[in-house]
Amino acid sequence: MFLGRTRMLLTAVGMTALLGTAPWSRLTADAADSTKITVKDFMFAPTPLTVKAGSTVTWTNLDDEPHTVVSDSGLFKSGGMDTNESFSFKFDKPGTYHFTCSIHPRMVGTIVVQ
Amino acid sequence: MSDDKLLQSRRNALKCMAYGGAGTLFALSGGVFTPIDLAMARSYDESKEGKALGKPLFVQISDTHIGFNKEANPDVAGTLAQTIDIVNGMPVQPALIIHTGDITHLSKPAEFDLAQQMLSRLRTTELHTVPGEHDTTDATVTEYFNRFGKASDNKGYYSFDHAGVHFIGLINVLQFKPGGLGTLGDEQLAWVAADLKHRSASTPIVVFAHMPLWTIYEPWGWGTGDAEQLLGQLRRFGSVTVLNGHIHQIVQKVEGNMTFHTARSTSYPQPVAGVGAGPGPLKVPPEQLAAMLGITSISVAKHPSSLVLNDTVLA
Repeated sequence: MFLGRTRMLLTAVGMTALLGTAPWSRLTADAADSTKITVKDFMFAPTPLTVKAGSTVTWTNLDDEPHTVVSDSGLFKSGGMDTNESFSFKFDKPGTYHFTCSIHPRMVGTIVVQ
Repeated sequence: MSDDKLLQSRRNALKCMAYGGAGTLFALSGGVFTPIDLAMARSYDESKEGKALGKPLFVQISDTHIGFNKEANPDVAGTLAQTIDIVNGMPVQPALIIHTGDITHLSKPAEFDLAQQMLSRLRTTELHTVPGEHDTTDATVTEYFNRFGKASDNKGYYSFDHAGVHFIGLINVLQFKPGGLGTLGDEQLAWVAADLKHRSASTPIVVFAHMPLWTIYEPWGWGTGDAEQLLGQLRRFGSVTVLNGHIHQIVQKVEGNMTFHTARSTSYPQPVAGVGAGPGPLKVPPEQLAAMLGITSISVAKHPSSLVLNDTVLA
Protein backbone atom coordinates (compact mmCIF):
# COMPACT_ATOMS: atom_id res chain seq x y z
CA MET A 1 0.00 0.00 0.00
CA PHE A 2 2.69 2.43 1.04
CA LEU A 3 4.95 1.39 -1.79
CA GLY A 4 2.09 1.66 -4.29
CA ARG A 5 1.30 5.16 -3.18
CA THR A 6 4.93 6.20 -3.51
CA ARG A 7 5.11 4.77 -7.00
CA MET A 8 1.96 6.63 -8.05
CA LEU A 9 3.38 9.88 -6.72
CA LEU A 10 6.63 9.38 -8.65
CA THR A 11 4.71 8.67 -11.84
CA ALA A 12 2.66 11.80 -11.35
CA VAL A 13 5.77 13.89 -10.82
CA GLY A 14 7.37 12.30 -13.88
CA MET A 15 4.34 13.06 -16.00
CA THR A 16 4.19 16.66 -14.87
CA ALA A 17 7.85 17.08 -15.80
CA LEU A 18 7.16 15.54 -19.18
CA LEU A 19 4.03 17.60 -19.80
CA GLY A 20 5.85 20.77 -18.89
CA THR A 21 8.06 20.48 -21.95
CA ALA A 22 5.65 18.93 -24.44
CA PRO A 23 3.94 21.17 -27.01
CA TRP A 24 0.48 19.69 -26.16
CA SER A 25 0.96 20.26 -22.45
CA ARG A 26 -1.54 23.12 -22.22
CA LEU A 27 -4.44 21.10 -23.57
CA THR A 28 -3.64 18.00 -21.53
CA ALA A 29 -3.12 20.01 -18.37
CA ASP A 30 -6.60 21.50 -18.77
CA ALA A 31 -8.08 18.04 -19.20
CA ALA A 32 -6.24 16.92 -16.06
CA ASP A 33 -7.63 19.89 -14.12
CA SER A 34 -11.19 18.98 -14.96
CA THR A 35 -11.16 15.54 -13.32
CA LYS A 36 -12.49 16.95 -10.06
CA ILE A 37 -16.12 16.73 -9.04
CA THR A 38 -17.36 18.83 -6.16
CA VAL A 39 -20.14 17.54 -3.95
CA LYS A 40 -21.89 20.56 -2.50
CA ASP A 41 -25.45 21.51 -1.58
CA PHE A 42 -26.56 17.95 -2.37
CA MET A 43 -25.33 18.16 -5.98
CA PHE A 44 -22.45 16.77 -8.04
CA ALA A 45 -20.74 19.42 -10.17
CA PRO A 46 -19.82 19.39 -12.95
CA THR A 47 -21.98 16.66 -14.41
CA PRO A 48 -21.74 15.22 -16.97
CA LEU A 49 -17.96 15.31 -16.83
CA THR A 50 -15.95 14.27 -19.91
CA VAL A 51 -12.46 12.84 -19.36
CA LYS A 52 -9.88 10.93 -21.38
CA ALA A 53 -9.41 7.18 -20.81
CA GLY A 54 -6.84 6.65 -18.08
CA SER A 55 -7.95 9.72 -16.08
CA THR A 56 -8.46 9.57 -12.35
CA VAL A 57 -11.59 11.38 -11.19
CA THR A 58 -11.71 12.74 -7.63
CA TRP A 59 -14.93 13.58 -5.81
CA THR A 60 -14.67 15.89 -2.77
CA ASN A 61 -17.53 16.42 -0.31
CA LEU A 62 -17.95 20.02 0.86
CA ASP A 63 -21.27 19.50 2.68
CA ASP A 64 -21.75 19.03 6.44
CA GLU A 65 -23.68 15.90 5.49
CA PRO A 66 -21.79 12.78 4.33
CA HIS A 67 -22.21 11.58 0.76
CA THR A 68 -21.16 8.51 -1.19
CA VAL A 69 -20.29 7.85 -4.83
CA VAL A 70 -21.66 4.54 -6.09
CA SER A 71 -21.48 3.43 -9.72
CA ASP A 72 -24.80 2.15 -11.12
CA SER A 73 -22.96 -0.79 -12.72
CA GLY A 74 -21.14 -1.67 -9.50
CA LEU A 75 -17.73 -0.66 -10.92
CA PHE A 76 -16.84 1.61 -8.01
CA LYS A 77 -18.19 2.47 -4.56
CA SER A 78 -16.83 4.95 -2.05
CA GLY A 79 -17.44 4.66 1.65
CA GLY A 80 -19.21 7.49 3.42
CA MET A 81 -17.27 10.69 2.68
CA ASP A 82 -17.40 13.12 5.58
CA THR A 83 -16.86 16.86 5.13
CA ASN A 84 -13.73 17.59 3.02
CA GLU A 85 -13.07 13.90 2.40
CA SER A 86 -12.40 12.63 -1.12
CA PHE A 87 -12.73 9.50 -3.20
CA SER A 88 -10.86 8.76 -6.45
CA PHE A 89 -11.34 6.25 -9.24
CA LYS A 90 -9.29 5.67 -12.40
CA PHE A 91 -11.28 5.21 -15.61
CA ASP A 92 -9.36 2.97 -18.00
CA LYS A 93 -12.00 2.20 -20.60
CA PRO A 94 -14.08 4.59 -22.73
CA GLY A 95 -17.78 4.60 -21.94
CA THR A 96 -20.56 6.39 -20.06
CA TYR A 97 -20.60 5.85 -16.32
CA HIS A 98 -23.58 6.85 -14.17
CA PHE A 99 -23.22 7.20 -10.42
CA THR A 100 -25.37 8.14 -7.45
CA CYS A 101 -25.08 9.00 -3.74
CA SER A 102 -26.49 6.01 -1.86
CA ILE A 103 -27.40 8.21 1.10
CA HIS A 104 -29.31 10.68 -1.08
CA PRO A 105 -30.33 8.79 -4.22
CA ARG A 106 -31.69 11.92 -5.88
CA MET A 107 -28.06 13.00 -6.28
CA VAL A 108 -26.89 11.57 -9.59
CA GLY A 109 -24.03 12.24 -12.01
CA THR A 110 -22.41 10.99 -15.18
CA ILE A 111 -18.84 10.60 -16.39
CA VAL A 112 -18.13 10.21 -20.09
CA VAL A 113 -14.76 8.58 -20.74
CA GLN A 114 -13.42 9.12 -24.27
CA MET B 1 -62.33 16.37 18.14
CA SER B 2 -64.32 19.51 18.97
CA ASP B 3 -63.09 22.95 17.96
CA ASP B 4 -62.55 23.79 21.62
CA LYS B 5 -60.32 20.82 22.09
CA LEU B 6 -58.49 21.57 18.86
CA LEU B 7 -57.90 25.12 20.05
CA GLN B 8 -56.80 23.79 23.42
CA SER B 9 -54.42 21.40 21.64
CA ARG B 10 -52.96 24.22 19.60
CA ARG B 11 -52.54 26.32 22.74
CA ASN B 12 -50.81 23.42 24.42
CA ALA B 13 -48.56 22.89 21.45
CA LEU B 14 -47.63 26.56 21.48
CA LYS B 15 -47.12 26.45 25.23
CA CYS B 16 -44.77 23.51 24.73
CA MET B 17 -42.73 25.51 22.28
CA ALA B 18 -42.74 28.58 24.50
CA TYR B 19 -41.34 26.63 27.43
CA GLY B 20 -38.64 25.01 25.38
CA GLY B 21 -40.80 22.10 24.32
CA ALA B 22 -41.51 19.91 27.32
CA GLY B 23 -42.97 17.41 24.89
CA THR B 24 -46.32 16.27 23.68
CA LEU B 25 -48.38 13.25 24.54
CA PHE B 26 -50.46 11.89 21.72
CA ALA B 27 -53.42 9.84 22.80
CA LEU B 28 -54.98 7.94 19.95
CA SER B 29 -58.74 7.88 20.34
CA GLY B 30 -60.93 6.86 17.45
CA GLY B 31 -58.15 7.41 14.95
CA VAL B 32 -57.50 11.01 15.98
CA PHE B 33 -54.42 12.23 17.79
CA THR B 34 -55.16 14.32 20.85
CA PRO B 35 -52.02 16.18 21.91
CA ILE B 36 -51.75 16.68 25.66
CA ASP B 37 -49.14 18.78 27.42
CA LEU B 38 -46.35 16.63 28.81
CA ALA B 39 -46.32 18.52 32.11
CA MET B 40 -49.75 16.96 32.60
CA ALA B 41 -48.48 13.64 31.35
CA ARG B 42 -45.90 13.44 34.13
CA SER B 43 -48.70 12.93 36.65
CA TYR B 44 -50.54 10.65 34.26
CA ASP B 45 -49.45 7.43 35.88
CA GLU B 46 -51.46 8.15 39.00
CA SER B 47 -54.53 9.59 37.30
CA LYS B 48 -57.52 7.74 35.89
CA GLU B 49 -56.48 8.72 32.39
CA GLY B 50 -52.96 7.59 33.09
CA LYS B 51 -54.13 4.17 34.19
CA ALA B 52 -56.23 3.96 31.05
CA LEU B 53 -53.10 4.63 29.01
CA GLY B 54 -51.56 1.44 30.32
CA LYS B 55 -47.91 0.56 30.64
CA PRO B 56 -45.36 1.57 28.05
CA LEU B 57 -44.99 -1.14 25.46
CA PHE B 58 -41.86 0.15 23.82
CA VAL B 59 -39.75 3.23 23.21
CA GLN B 60 -38.55 4.28 19.77
CA ILE B 61 -35.08 5.80 19.52
CA SER B 62 -33.89 7.02 16.14
CA ASP B 63 -31.08 8.67 14.23
CA THR B 64 -28.46 8.69 16.97
CA HIS B 65 -25.76 9.40 14.31
CA ILE B 66 -22.84 8.46 16.56
CA GLY B 67 -19.72 9.93 14.91
CA PHE B 68 -21.34 13.21 13.81
CA ASN B 69 -19.38 16.15 15.25
CA LYS B 70 -20.35 19.23 13.25
CA GLU B 71 -21.79 22.52 14.45
CA ALA B 72 -25.42 21.31 14.49
CA ASN B 73 -24.48 19.14 17.51
CA PRO B 74 -20.81 18.63 18.43
CA ASP B 75 -21.79 16.14 21.17
CA VAL B 76 -24.17 13.50 19.82
CA ALA B 77 -22.87 11.02 22.41
CA GLY B 78 -23.94 13.48 25.11
CA THR B 79 -27.48 13.84 23.75
CA LEU B 80 -27.77 10.06 23.38
CA ALA B 81 -26.65 9.69 27.02
CA GLN B 82 -29.38 12.18 28.00
CA THR B 83 -31.90 10.17 25.98
CA ILE B 84 -30.88 6.95 27.74
CA ASP B 85 -31.25 8.70 31.11
CA ILE B 86 -34.79 9.77 30.17
CA VAL B 87 -35.75 6.21 29.20
CA ASN B 88 -34.08 4.72 32.28
CA GLY B 89 -35.95 7.27 34.40
CA MET B 90 -39.40 6.27 33.15
CA PRO B 91 -41.49 5.13 36.15
CA VAL B 92 -42.46 1.93 34.36
CA GLN B 93 -39.77 0.54 32.06
CA PRO B 94 -40.83 -0.27 28.50
CA ALA B 95 -40.72 -3.94 27.53
CA LEU B 96 -38.50 -3.25 24.56
CA ILE B 97 -36.60 -0.58 22.66
CA ILE B 98 -36.74 -0.09 18.90
CA HIS B 99 -33.98 1.85 17.13
CA THR B 100 -35.13 2.93 13.67
CA GLY B 101 -31.70 3.40 12.16
CA ASP B 102 -28.83 5.75 11.48
CA ILE B 103 -27.27 4.37 14.63
CA THR B 104 -23.96 5.71 13.29
CA HIS B 105 -23.05 8.59 11.01
CA LEU B 106 -20.47 6.92 8.74
CA SER B 107 -20.77 3.15 9.40
CA LYS B 108 -17.33 3.13 11.05
CA PRO B 109 -16.50 0.24 13.42
CA ALA B 110 -15.58 2.67 16.21
CA GLU B 111 -18.92 4.47 15.82
CA PHE B 112 -20.86 1.20 16.03
CA ASP B 113 -18.80 0.12 19.04
CA LEU B 114 -19.51 3.35 20.93
CA ALA B 115 -23.22 3.22 20.05
CA GLN B 116 -23.51 -0.40 21.21
CA GLN B 117 -21.65 0.36 24.41
CA MET B 118 -23.93 3.31 25.14
CA LEU B 119 -27.18 1.49 24.28
CA SER B 120 -26.16 -1.37 26.60
CA ARG B 121 -26.73 1.09 29.47
CA LEU B 122 -30.50 0.99 28.84
CA ARG B 123 -32.33 -0.75 31.70
CA THR B 124 -34.56 -2.36 29.10
CA THR B 125 -32.27 -4.90 27.48
CA GLU B 126 -34.44 -6.05 24.57
CA LEU B 127 -33.26 -3.92 21.65
CA HIS B 128 -34.55 -4.26 18.08
CA THR B 129 -32.96 -2.36 15.21
CA VAL B 130 -33.23 -1.66 11.50
CA PRO B 131 -30.38 0.07 9.65
CA GLY B 132 -30.42 3.54 8.14
CA GLU B 133 -28.54 4.50 4.98
CA HIS B 134 -25.79 5.98 7.18
CA ASP B 135 -25.27 2.52 8.72
CA THR B 136 -24.67 0.85 5.37
CA THR B 137 -22.10 3.08 3.64
CA ASP B 138 -19.10 0.81 4.29
CA ALA B 139 -17.86 -0.78 1.06
CA THR B 140 -18.98 -4.29 2.01
CA VAL B 141 -22.06 -3.31 4.12
CA THR B 142 -20.96 -5.64 6.88
CA GLU B 143 -20.38 -3.48 9.97
CA TYR B 144 -24.11 -3.21 10.75
CA PHE B 145 -24.88 -6.87 10.04
CA ASN B 146 -21.88 -8.10 12.04
CA ARG B 147 -23.41 -6.47 15.10
CA PHE B 148 -27.17 -6.43 14.52
CA GLY B 149 -27.73 -8.98 11.76
CA LYS B 150 -28.56 -11.97 13.94
CA ALA B 151 -32.28 -11.20 14.38
CA SER B 152 -32.83 -11.12 10.61
CA ASP B 153 -30.27 -13.74 9.53
CA ASN B 154 -28.38 -10.85 7.89
CA LYS B 155 -31.35 -9.95 5.69
CA GLY B 156 -32.32 -6.78 7.55
CA TYR B 157 -36.04 -7.70 7.82
CA TYR B 158 -37.71 -9.83 10.50
CA SER B 159 -40.77 -10.08 12.71
CA PHE B 160 -41.58 -10.96 16.30
CA ASP B 161 -44.50 -10.88 18.71
CA HIS B 162 -44.84 -9.18 22.05
CA ALA B 163 -47.90 -8.74 24.28
CA GLY B 164 -50.26 -9.68 21.47
CA VAL B 165 -48.73 -7.14 19.08
CA HIS B 166 -47.01 -8.31 15.88
CA PHE B 167 -43.87 -6.32 15.08
CA ILE B 168 -42.29 -6.18 11.62
CA GLY B 169 -38.85 -4.61 11.08
CA LEU B 170 -38.08 -3.72 7.46
CA ILE B 171 -35.04 -2.51 5.54
CA ASN B 172 -35.52 0.13 2.82
CA VAL B 173 -32.03 1.62 2.53
CA LEU B 174 -30.13 -0.97 0.47
CA GLN B 175 -31.63 -1.12 -2.98
CA PHE B 176 -31.65 2.52 -3.97
CA LYS B 177 -32.79 3.23 -7.45
CA PRO B 178 -30.76 6.20 -8.69
CA GLY B 179 -32.85 9.33 -8.70
CA GLY B 180 -35.53 7.64 -6.61
CA LEU B 181 -36.74 6.85 -3.14
CA GLY B 182 -35.93 4.01 -0.76
CA THR B 183 -36.88 0.51 -1.87
CA LEU B 184 -38.16 -2.60 -0.11
CA GLY B 185 -37.74 -4.93 -3.08
CA ASP B 186 -39.74 -7.92 -4.32
CA GLU B 187 -38.06 -10.49 -2.07
CA GLN B 188 -38.84 -8.55 1.11
CA LEU B 189 -42.41 -7.78 0.00
CA ALA B 190 -43.00 -11.50 -0.70
CA TRP B 191 -41.65 -12.28 2.77
CA VAL B 192 -44.09 -9.77 4.35
CA ALA B 193 -46.99 -11.37 2.45
CA ALA B 194 -46.04 -14.78 3.83
CA ASP B 195 -45.52 -13.37 7.31
CA LEU B 196 -49.00 -11.78 7.38
CA LYS B 197 -50.89 -14.48 5.52
CA HIS B 198 -52.35 -16.41 8.44
CA ARG B 199 -52.64 -13.55 10.88
CA SER B 200 -56.03 -12.45 12.12
CA ALA B 201 -57.13 -8.93 11.10
CA SER B 202 -57.59 -8.15 14.80
CA THR B 203 -53.83 -8.53 15.50
CA PRO B 204 -52.32 -5.09 16.18
CA ILE B 205 -49.39 -4.55 13.80
CA VAL B 206 -46.38 -2.31 14.33
CA VAL B 207 -44.17 -1.83 11.26
CA PHE B 208 -40.84 -0.05 11.64
CA ALA B 209 -38.22 0.93 9.07
CA HIS B 210 -35.72 3.75 8.75
CA MET B 211 -36.99 5.73 5.77
CA PRO B 212 -40.63 6.85 5.79
CA LEU B 213 -42.98 4.21 4.34
CA TRP B 214 -45.15 6.97 2.90
CA THR B 215 -44.00 9.75 0.62
CA ILE B 216 -43.41 12.87 2.68
CA TYR B 217 -41.22 14.75 0.19
CA GLU B 218 -40.02 13.05 -2.96
CA PRO B 219 -37.36 15.59 -4.04
CA TRP B 220 -35.41 14.76 -0.86
CA GLY B 221 -36.05 11.04 -1.09
CA TRP B 222 -38.33 11.11 1.97
CA GLY B 223 -40.32 8.04 1.07
CA THR B 224 -40.18 4.46 -0.19
CA GLY B 225 -40.88 3.86 -3.88
CA ASP B 226 -42.64 0.50 -3.51
CA ALA B 227 -44.25 1.14 -0.09
CA GLU B 228 -47.76 0.95 -1.58
CA GLN B 229 -47.26 -2.80 -2.13
CA LEU B 230 -46.62 -3.08 1.61
CA LEU B 231 -49.46 -0.82 2.72
CA GLY B 232 -51.89 -2.74 0.51
CA GLN B 233 -51.11 -5.85 2.55
CA LEU B 234 -51.69 -4.01 5.83
CA ARG B 235 -55.06 -2.40 5.09
CA ARG B 236 -57.14 -5.39 6.23
CA PHE B 237 -55.77 -5.10 9.79
CA GLY B 238 -57.72 -3.21 12.44
CA SER B 239 -54.72 -1.43 13.98
CA VAL B 240 -51.51 -0.63 12.13
CA THR B 241 -48.80 1.67 13.47
CA VAL B 242 -46.04 2.59 11.00
CA LEU B 243 -42.92 4.06 12.61
CA ASN B 244 -39.95 5.63 10.84
CA GLY B 245 -36.99 7.91 11.47
CA HIS B 246 -34.73 9.46 8.81
CA ILE B 247 -36.17 12.97 8.64
CA HIS B 248 -35.23 14.05 12.21
CA GLN B 249 -38.60 15.61 12.97
CA ILE B 250 -42.15 14.53 13.69
CA VAL B 251 -44.51 14.17 10.76
CA GLN B 252 -47.64 12.09 11.13
CA LYS B 253 -50.88 11.15 9.48
CA VAL B 254 -53.78 8.80 10.07
CA GLU B 255 -55.24 6.92 7.12
CA GLY B 256 -58.05 4.51 7.91
CA ASN B 257 -56.73 2.14 10.56
CA MET B 258 -53.12 3.09 9.87
CA THR B 259 -51.19 5.61 11.93
CA PHE B 260 -47.94 6.90 10.42
CA HIS B 261 -45.38 8.60 12.62
CA THR B 262 -41.76 9.67 12.14
CA ALA B 263 -39.65 10.15 15.26
CA ARG B 264 -37.33 12.96 16.27
CA SER B 265 -33.60 12.28 16.19
CA THR B 266 -31.42 12.22 19.29
CA SER B 267 -28.57 13.91 17.37
CA TYR B 268 -29.53 16.94 15.28
CA PRO B 269 -32.64 18.40 13.65
CA GLN B 270 -33.19 18.64 9.89
CA PRO B 271 -35.03 21.32 7.96
CA VAL B 272 -38.71 21.13 7.15
CA ALA B 273 -39.28 19.53 3.72
CA GLY B 274 -38.05 21.68 0.86
CA VAL B 275 -36.44 24.41 2.97
CA GLY B 276 -32.79 24.86 1.92
CA ALA B 277 -30.48 22.89 -0.38
CA GLY B 278 -31.18 19.47 1.07
CA PRO B 279 -31.86 17.31 4.11
CA GLY B 280 -28.63 18.09 5.99
CA PRO B 281 -28.01 19.02 9.61
CA LEU B 282 -29.99 22.09 10.69
CA LYS B 283 -28.03 24.53 12.84
CA VAL B 284 -30.09 26.06 15.63
CA PRO B 285 -29.03 28.16 18.65
CA PRO B 286 -27.60 25.75 21.29
CA GLU B 287 -30.36 26.56 23.79
CA GLN B 288 -32.98 25.41 21.27
CA LEU B 289 -31.32 22.11 20.35
CA ALA B 290 -32.64 19.86 23.13
CA ALA B 291 -36.22 20.85 22.35
CA MET B 292 -35.76 19.51 18.81
CA LEU B 293 -34.34 16.13 19.85
CA GLY B 294 -36.25 13.29 21.47
CA ILE B 295 -37.86 9.89 21.49
CA THR B 296 -41.30 8.35 21.04
CA SER B 297 -42.83 5.97 23.54
CA ILE B 298 -45.73 3.75 22.61
CA SER B 299 -48.22 2.39 25.13
CA VAL B 300 -51.16 0.07 24.94
CA ALA B 301 -54.36 1.84 25.95
CA LYS B 302 -57.18 -0.32 27.30
CA HIS B 303 -56.99 -2.80 24.47
CA PRO B 304 -53.98 -3.88 22.42
CA SER B 305 -55.62 -2.48 19.31
CA SER B 306 -55.26 1.10 20.53
CA LEU B 307 -51.63 2.14 20.78
CA VAL B 308 -50.71 5.50 22.22
CA LEU B 309 -47.74 7.47 20.92
CA ASN B 310 -45.95 9.83 23.27
CA ASP B 311 -43.16 12.11 22.05
CA THR B 312 -40.64 13.36 24.59
CA VAL B 313 -37.94 15.95 23.95
CA LEU B 314 -34.58 16.18 25.71
CA ALA B 315 -35.18 19.70 27.01
